Amino acid sequence: MANGHSTTLHHHFESYDQQRNASSLGMWFFLAQEVMFFGGLFTAYMIYRTQNGLDFAVASSHLNIPLGALNTAILIASSFTMAMAVKKSVLAQRKAIVGYLILTLILGCGFLVVKYFEYAEKFEHNTVPGSSFEFHVEPELIAQYDLSPERVVTMEKRAEIFFSLYFMMTGLHALHMVIGVGIGIWLMFPAMAGKFNMDYHNPVENFGLYWHFVDLVWIFLFPLLYLLGGNALAGG
Amino acid sequence: MSAHAESYDPNVNYLNRDWSLKSWLLTLDHKRIAWLYLISVSVFFAIGGFFAMLIRMELLTPQGDLLSPDTYNRVFTQHGVVMIFLFLIPSIPAVLGNFLVPLMVGAVDVAFPRLNLLSWYIYTVAGILVILALITGGVDTGWTFYTPLSSTYANSQVMLVAIAVFVNGFASILTGLNFLVTIHTMRAKNLTWGKLPLFIWAMYATSLINVLGTPVVAITLLMAGAERVLGLGIFDPALGGDPILFQHLFWFYSHPAVYIMILPAFGVISELIAAFSRKKIFGYTFIAASSVGIAILGFIVWAHHMFTTGMSAYAATVFSALTMLIAVPTAVKVINWTATMYQGSVSWETPMLYAVGFLGLFLIGGLTGVMLATLGLDIHVHDTYFVVAHFHYVMVGGAIMGFLGGIHYWWPKMTGRLYNGSISKVSAILVFVGFNLTFFPQFLLGYMGMPRRYHAYPEEFQALNVFSTAGATVLGLGYILPAFYLTYSLFKGEKAPANPWGAMSIEWQTPSPPPLHNFVTPPVITEPYDYEHELIKEQIAELKKHVKPQEVPLG
Ligand SMILES: [Cu+2]
Repeated sequence: MANGHSTTLHHHFESYDQQRNASSLGMWFFLAQEVMFFGGLFTAYMIYRTQNGLDFAVASSHLNIPLGALNTAILIASSFTMAMAVKKSVLAQRKAIVGYLILTLILGCGFLVVKYFEYAEKFEHNTVPGSSFEFHVEPELIAQYDLSPERVVTMEKRAEIFFSLYFMMTGLHALHMVIGVGIGIWLMFPAMAGKFNMDYHNPVENFGLYWHFVDLVWIFLFPLLYLLGGNALAGG
Repeated sequence: MSAHAESYDPNVNYLNRDWSLKSWLLTLDHKRIAWLYLISVSVFFAIGGFFAMLIRMELLTPQGDLLSPDTYNRVFTQHGVVMIFLFLIPSIPAVLGNFLVPLMVGAVDVAFPRLNLLSWYIYTVAGILVILALITGGVDTGWTFYTPLSSTYANSQVMLVAIAVFVNGFASILTGLNFLVTIHTMRAKNLTWGKLPLFIWAMYATSLINVLGTPVVAITLLMAGAERVLGLGIFDPALGGDPILFQHLFWFYSHPAVYIMILPAFGVISELIAAFSRKKIFGYTFIAASSVGIAILGFIVWAHHMFTTGMSAYAATVFSALTMLIAVPTAVKVINWTATMYQGSVSWETPMLYAVGFLGLFLIGGLTGVMLATLGLDIHVHDTYFVVAHFHYVMVGGAIMGFLGGIHYWWPKMTGRLYNGSISKVSAILVFVGFNLTFFPQFLLGYMGMPRRYHAYPEEFQALNVFSTAGATVLGLGYILPAFYLTYSLFKGEKAPANPWGAMSIEWQTPSPPPLHNFVTPPVITEPYDYEHELIKEQIAELKKHVKPQEVPLG
């Protein structure tokens, strides 16, 4: 233990190998936990989506696909910069780690800004669930599907369920992004101090795993919430 | 580890090296965190027990005279919430598991000591939230928080308690994650998977459920909570939402949660039976594999709680069959334990009394579980005292017997002290007798049709209810006694040798109580439960020099 970076090896581990194994296994179990956490929501979404296909498609057409697509692109780009940060941390290239981390954080914040504008739009149009929720099925759709007035009323109610799920899923995802940005800022200190190297890079690697996971959730959210509905209507 | 051995002082151990409050509240030592948990779960056991006492007092007479219907709803809900989330779920894993997992795998600590301490603080926050809810009016939805009662109609402190359960979930997740990683990566050299104590296998299976199940109940309560507070409409039938979906998601966690409570007890019982039969455990591989099998099967049986919700008959049949399947790995355990005792040199020390009591009670709890898995019978006794008796036999007769047996077994290791053998045996017998007297009548009551969760009942049910309340008094006495004699032994008890029971797993190779870094010299790894091994013969010979041979009380 008398070597140069003994401060980064915790005393209860016998070697850097053991510490790295433990730390990444812990992260994978944590991600398994996250899969189950989001899994509950995805299950609820899939069940309601199967039961109310057309209703959800109509509600979904009120989402902003260009903004969603922009955010998807931002997140994929951030996953690339994140992967580079991990790679550079193994190589102990201090400046490159810091640079890629900063890029990742900027992209993450960009995602949140776009999300803010999306949410603001929903608040303007009152498509936020609650007592002031308002949703109207467009007359063209009523004509196209020959909907009875009762059917239109149920459709408007189902739309509230859709938007409940939308806010719950994207909100929880955004919360994960905020936490991710926080962890990223916290990692800047050891990164700038040049602590990361071949033996000790598991904090960056684990942060990378977390970041990719959160991206991956969005990769599922975007088609499920934004795209499925739009297509169904255009084709109908 | 050799570095620690050089500075080893036999008079300094993990307890007496520093008594300051700060050294306890900021400790990263898994053994001290076990103590933090032991004290907190005991407090919540007392609170949950207080509510149980109120329930039994109310049910002494057919009239609802002691508590109003509304108060009674709150009392049984709080009994359930406190006992399940704040006592049973953390009890064995967070107390005995924390103390033993690193010791049994020959590690210095768990893999993530800081997360370990964090989990206790998270648990404490959840506990404070629940106490806050109790003071400000309590909660009346039943521990199951069914929607739309919880999300729309209940006007009690649903939110505070739901948040508490949500928060508490992360304490279990962190503990589970810590154990999984510790067992995977921190084992001593030569301690292969096939040599791990069965308690470790049980903790492994439990931790899997903790990590994979708990987040589902967390998200479910979050959805119900968002519905209540923010007006989202996920389970709201007025919008076309489905309250039954809530039940599916809730039981997806809450059935496996039964195994979070009982699997650790299985682990404890495996250790006790082997140690007090002085025999290699019968069917090691089968017992180990059945723990993991139960954890996996446990995830696909949840809808047996919902047979009366109008679910499809085909689905119900499948869930019924899958539920019965769980009886297989469970029976494997019971049969192997019995086979271990057969022709062993069984000694009736206090922990063994709990283990044998466990076998009897769990057998009844398990078999009535199979009865409840059959569709016809379940619909007949659904929501009656039959169900109440069944799950108390499993969770109180099983999990708490395991917890108390384990505490009595590892107490000398945790404290370095011995407790009074006769009083502890009396109390073990009181628990067994009192338990049966309390809950067996409830099987009869339920079969006769007495519904659960009512504060009043027809007069013909009174005699059995009086039995039940009388039994609860005996049971309560059996639970209170250990608090006294164990606390007494902590200060005045005789000093315990390293291995007071002559047991085989490696935590007995280190002094009692262990030093800060657990082992003075690297432990000798043997085949599991190898009671023919030279090492154990030496230790038993050593033991006979120090401890007076104890009398066999029941032989
Ligand atoms: Cu169940």
